[in-house]
Amino acid sequence: MEMSVDLCGIRIDNPVIPASGTFGYGYEFAETYDINCLGTFSFKGTTKEPRFGNPTPRIAECTAGMINAVGLQNPGVEAVINEELPKLKTCFDKPVMANVSGFSVEDYAYTCERLDNEEQVGWLEVNVSCPNVHGGGMSFGTDPKSAAEVTRAVKAVTTKPVIIKLSPNVTDIVAIAKACEDAGADGISLINTLLGMRIDLRTKKPVIANKMGGFSGPAIKPVALRMVYQCYEALKIPIIGMGGISCAEDVIEFMLAGATACEVGAQNLVDPMASKKIIDTLPEVMNKYGIDNLKDIIGGAH
Amino acid sequence: MKQGFFKIESNEQLTSSVFKMTLLGDTDAITAPGQFVNIKLDGLFLRRPISVCDLYGNALTLVYKTVGVGTEKLALMRPGDELDVLSGLGNGFDIYKAGERPLLVGGGVGVPPLLYLLKELKLEGAKPFVILGFNTKDEIILEDDFRKYCDDVIVTTVDGSYGTKGFVTDALALCEGYTYAYTCGPEPMLKALHGALKTSGQFSFEERMGCGFGACMGCSCKTITGYKRICREGPVLEKEEILWK
Repeated sequence: MEMSVDLCGIRIDNPVIPASGTFGYGYEFAETYDINCLGTFSFKGTTKEPRFGNPTPRIAECTAGMINAVGLQNPGVEAVINEELPKLKTCFDKPVMANVSGFSVEDYAYTCERLDNEEQVGWLEVNVSCPNVHGGGMSFGTDPKSAAEVTRAVKAVTTKPVIIKLSPNVTDIVAIAKACEDAGADGISLINTLLGMRIDLRTKKPVIANKMGGFSGPAIKPVALRMVYQCYEALKIPIIGMGGISCAEDVIEFMLAGATACEVGAQNLVDPMASKKIIDTLPEVMNKYGIDNLKDIIGGAH
Repeated sequence: MKQGFFKIESNEQLTSSVFKMTLLGDTDAITAPGQFVNIKLDGLFLRRPISVCDLYGNALTLVYKTVGVGTEKLALMRPGDELDVLSGLGNGFDIYKAGERPLLVGGGVGVPPLLYLLKELKLEGAKPFVILGFNTKDEIILEDDFRKYCDDVIVTTVDGSYGTKGFVTDALALCEGYTYAYTCGPEPMLKALHGALKTSGQFSFEERMGCGFGACMGCSCKTITGYKRICREGPVLEKEEILWK
C-alpha cells in the first residue's frame, strides 16, 4: 500500500500535515508521540516582528467546530530561526512547512527571505488572509491582484516551493487561486477559516473579545471540499486541502476532490493524537475502498 | 500530559449548581496540585478544562460548577459512564515555596484545587492557614474536607450568613505570621489579594481554552516575564509576574 505523495517536488511519506496554528512549532506534540510519522507539519504562522495577538477570550465553541481569534501570536521570525527551529531539529528529521503572515507585501517578502536560508524549511506556506495595512485593512486574499502581488514578491526572494494559503471568505475562490498560479505559486492551500461569530446570551455580547474570529472544524468540511473541487478543475499546481478533516476517510474525500495532501487543523486541539491516528488508520481505510496507491485517487471525483 | 479513559465512580450534587465527581483511571500524569484535566463530552467539540480537587491513588476528584452547556452535560453523567480525559495539564502549585505556615485562599469554585494542595503541604510538614470565601451560606463547599486536614480554617461569606462576614481579604488579619500564599478564585478576588498580601505567593487563573495543552495559543496572557499560556506555563503564576488586564 502506497501513501507517499509528491508535494511541489518534495516527496512526503503520507499526505497528512497538521495545520498551522494547531501544532505550535512541533516539539510540544513530540512529547506525546514521535512526530516523524507525519508527512510534514505547518508551523505556527510567523511574522516579521513578535506578536502577542488579540485580547482574550480568543476561543468559542460552535456546533461541530470552534471559533478562534488568536491574532497570529508568535515570537517573530528571528526567534523562530534562533530558538524554535533548533528545538524542532531535535525531534523532527523531515522538511517542515513554514507558515508566514504579513501586513504588507514587504513584510511577507522579508519573512520568507529570512526563512529561505533555513535548511529544515521545505516549503513556504503563505497565509494571505491577513489584513493589508497599506490597502485599507482588506485581506490580501480577497483580491486576485493583491494575492498575486504577494505571490510574486515571495517567489522573488526564495528558491523553496511557495504555497499560497487562501481565505474562503471570497465570492470567487477560483479567480484568486488562478491569479496566484499565474504569479508563480507552486501550490495552493485551502481553506483557511471562515469568518464567524458567537454571542453569549447571558452577557448579550460576542463571546470573542475581537467580536469575530475564524470558524473551523468538521462543520466547514463541505465548504472546503467544494472549494478544493472547484480549484482542482482550474489549476495545474498541487492543492493542499483542509477544513474539518478529522479521520482517514476525510483525507480520502479531499484527495478525490483534488487535494494532493491534507492538513488537519482543529482536530489536533481536541485530540492531540489526531494526526497520528489518521495516518495509522489510512491503510485500512484505503483497503476498505480498494485503493492501493493514494496518488492514483487525486482528483478522482472529477 | 496523558490521554485516557476514566470511569465515573460517583457524581453528586453539593449545592444548587456545584457537583463533585470522582473518576477512576490512570492518574500518573498528574504531578502537582493545581493542575487540571480536559474532558471530552459527546456532542461538544472542544474539551472542558476542570481543575483537580483531590487525588488518591487512581481516584481523581473534580468539583465543578454548572456554568454552561459543557458542565451541564457533565452533571448528567452517571456512575459507570466513561470519560475521555487529558490529564496532567498545566504547571500546578509549587509546594516547596510554602515555608512553615503557608496561607491558602480560595473563592467560590476556586476552592477545590486548594484541597489537594493542602494535603500535599501537610505531607511536607507545613501548618497551613486556610481562608475559604463564598457569597452566601448556600454556596459553601468542601468546608468539612478542609477541616479534616487543617485546624485553622476560616470561612467567609459576603452576606454574613455564615462564618466571618466580608471578603477573604477581611480575614487576612486572622492569619498572623503566614509565610507564603496560594490562591485560586474569581479575578476580582485575586486582584484584591494581590494588593493585600504581605508575602509572595502563587495565583491560579482561568481562561477560555482551545486545546488545554499549549498548541493553539487561545489562552495567552501578558506577564512581567513574557507571554504565558494559562494552560501550559499557567494556570499558576507567580505574584510578582502578574500584569492585571
